[in-house]
Formats: sequence, structure tokens, C-alpha cells
Amino acid sequence: MRTIAVVGTSLAGLRAAQELRGRGFDGRLVMIGAEPPYDRPPLSKDFLLGKVSADDLALAGQDDLDALAAEWHLGVRAEKLGREGVTLGDGTTVAADGYVIATGAVARTLDAARDLSGIHTLRTLGDAVALKAALAAGPSSVVVIGAGFIGAEVASACRLLGHEVTVVEAMPVPLASVLGARMGAVCGDLHAENDVRLITGVPVAGFDGDGRVTGVRLADGRELLADLVVAGVGARPAIGWLTGSGLAVDDGVLVDSGCVTVNPRVIAVGDVARYRCPLRGGRVRAEHWTAASEQPGVAVANLLAGSTVTHFARHGYFWSDQYGRRLQFAGVATEDVRIAEGDVASKRFVATYHRGDVLAGVFAIDSPRPFTRLRRALRSLGEPRR
Amino acid sequence: MIRACSVSELPEGEALRLPGPVPVSVFHAEGAYYALDDTCSHQDASLADGWIEGCYVECPLHAARFDLRTGAPDCLPAKNAVRTYPVVIADGVIYVDTEARQEVA
Repeated sequence: MRTIAVVGTSLAGLRAAQELRGRGFDGRLVMIGAEPPYDRPPLSKDFLLGKVSADDLALAGQDDLDALAAEWHLGVRAEKLGREGVTLGDGTTVAADGYVIATGAVARTLDAARDLSGIHTLRTLGDAVALKAALAAGPSSVVVIGAGFIGAEVASACRLLGHEVTVVEAMPVPLASVLGARMGAVCGDLHAENDVRLITGVPVAGFDGDGRVTGVRLADGRELLADLVVAGVGARPAIGWLTGSGLAVDDGVLVDSGCVTVNPRVIAVGDVARYRCPLRGGRVRAEHWTAASEQPGVAVANLLAGSTVTHFARHGYFWSDQYGRRLQFAGVATEDVRIAEGDVASKRFVATYHRGDVLAGVFAIDSPRPFTRLRRALRSLGEPRR
Repeated sequence: MIRACSVSELPEGEALRLPGPVPVSVFHAEGAYYALDDTCSHQDASLADGWIEGCYVECPLHAARFDLRTGAPDCLPAKNAVRTYPVVIADGVIYVDTEARQEVA
């Protein structure tokens, strides 16, 4: 291959570029992205708290970027992928022999919020800058919609900044779909323990306000005063630009277990990729930092080989920092949860998930050392030998 | 020089965190002893809690790997090296010269 275009310049796109050069690709490398590469996880934590600046978020120093010897098209979006190449928002078309799709995901928004100011989402640096400024203006009451990781982290940051916070979650138990009901409930308790009100099992019905939000209406008729709302209601893959590309797209770009699309010259990695997971049996999108960091190694090897010669078969791993505590999870949650170390009451423990005799997952709060060891055990148990 | 522990207290593949204003950790890997700044250069996590494999320690939080010999990271998310310190073994005791910070790689 003489030219490879990487579309999307966040973690997965940058890692793909590094892997391409690391694996000896010495042709023309074109990087296309709306934004320069920066790290997102701190946006909902240390960035809101003012502990890190935008500069600290850079994923690579100038030397590292220069070492990629790439041609950069930044501040521009890809609008179409077709036979002639990638067409960009500024009218440029980049023709390549191989393509890396790493366009990520965009925050879901609530339709009812469309005409009101004061309702935020948190996905990009721009979102975080806007939210930080809104918090600095001293809102009297913050409502966070969604008690998933983003919602919980934002609630935690707002609380640490001294704001009055209410979290609204439509599901009966926060994070149950990810951690199981028992550990989800443990995480839910963190809110009350830190003087944040958590309302569960009630969807949001709408908002009050004229121009600017003044309250949140719940489906059970309750009304919450709010002059700042953060909607942490998930993300959807950025696939609109692939209409007409001939690629299979359904809640993500469909790829095989090696992150390769129906066209062996096109791979997809990170949040946008819906890959066939050998460990879980079906197709999944892994919307986590670690997957975005690790998938490109596999995908790029396959792109350069011209076919799927290696597979992405690693257990999912993610972390979250909330209320000064460190949460870590790896693998798959099952009903069979056991406390392996520590105790739940003190919020310092390691829980393991089992499927019969097989270790399926690990969840820990403030226990990095035993967590790491169990995560390793999980990795070696679950990974098929190559 | 500060006393870390006796050699017998730090088996191969283990690490010990020495608390202080700048926490330093001593590692026993591949038959040798190394001392590094304990805090990952990427984000607040203790490398002594990490996973030691070969001459590397993997941060327990985000899996950045640091070379125990040089303190240099070999993958994201860490971009900066951690400092290393000389280790001296005398009479079965491990000492770390925390005054003599070595230049980062």
C-alpha cells in the first residue's frame, strides 16, 4: 500500500498511525480529524476540577507527532467515503489504498433539550470547557441525567466543587447492565454517601424554562429545580458519513474479529467499530479507552497483511474515578458475584464474577493491586492461544 | 540513602512503596533491584501496585508500561519518564539513594 488514510484523530486513530509506522508502513500517511489527538477520560474528572489543563490532555507531544511523518487535515470532518476516496468538509478528496475508520462516537442528546440553554453534554474538550465555565458561574442546583460512568463522574466533580447535585437514572439500579445489579447498587450508594441525591427508576419527561432551563420534569410528575443540567445518556457511533460507502453499518461499522470490514482495505477501530468478539460470542462496540488503544495493533496488522490474520480477543477493561474512589472493571459481569478481598461496607474491595468454575470478570473499588492480579488471571484464562 | 527493607522481604516480582513527599518504590525484577518514582507520570496511581513483567512495570490504572532500568514509558497513555534512583545492597539490606535522582531517559 502506498497511501493510507486514517479518519478520526482521537486515541484509536493516533494509535493506528503509530502502529502503521511501528509495523514498517513507510508510505504516505494522511490523518483526517475534527480535532487534534487528546485524552478524553480526564474531561469528566480532573479537567472539570481544574487539576489538569487542556495542554495536559494532549495524547502525543510534537516530537511524537512529527515522528509519524503524516499529512494532517485537522479541523475538518470526513463527509463521504466512496470509490474516489474520502471527501472532506472543505471539499478536498483524499484517495488512498487503505482506510482506517476511527471516527468514534458523539454524545446522545435529549430532543426536549433542543431549544434550551443550560443543558450540557460531555464528550469533547469543547463540551468540557463549556461545562466548566457554566459551573464557575455558580449554578444553584445541578441535575445530572444518567447515572452511568459519565453521569456519576460529572456528579462527583460537581459535588467536589461544592454544588448541590441530583442524579436522575431511568433504570432501577445504576450501571446494572455493566456491573450487574449487586455491584451497580454499591456504586449507586456512593452518591448518597457523598450528599448527592440519586433518583432511580424514573425517566425524564421534559424540561421547564423559557430560553434557559429552570427545571427537570420526571415521568412520575415530580419536578426538580435545575439551572444547570448535564445529560450523560450515552453516545452513538459517528457513522453518518459512511452512507453509500458500501460498508455494512448498524450501530457502528460492522467488522470481523480482526476489526476488518467487508472490504479488506478498510478497517475500523475504537468506539465506532462493532466487532465480532470471540470472548463474548456476539458483536459488540467497546466504548472504552483500553479498547481504542489496543484494537489498532490488531487491525493494522490485518490491513497490512491484506486479510484477517489476527484477532482482537481481549477482555474489556475500564476504570472510573468517583468521589475520590477508584473503580476498575474487567471482563463480563455474571449473576455469580463473590467478594474476593476487602468488604463492601468500607467501599474497598475486589469482587469476582464467575461462570461455573471460570472467572468471568473482576470489579474493584480502591484496590488496584489485587485487581491487577485478578485481571491478569482473567486475561490468561480467557484468551485463546494464537 | 534510605533503608527500604531487607532483601528477604522483597521477593522477585514484587515492589515496595517508600512513602515520602515524593514516594519512591523499589522493584525486584529479573534478579536485580530498581528504584523509581512511585507515581505514574500519566495520572495519580502507584506503580508499586502495578504488574511487573520482565524489566517493566505496568501501571495498575491505565496500563502504561515503564522500563525499570530507565524509567521511560514504552506506550501510551504515559508520555513522560519517571525518575530513577540508585539502589545499593549492603549486608542483606536494600537502600535507595533518594538524593541522587538520575536524569530521566
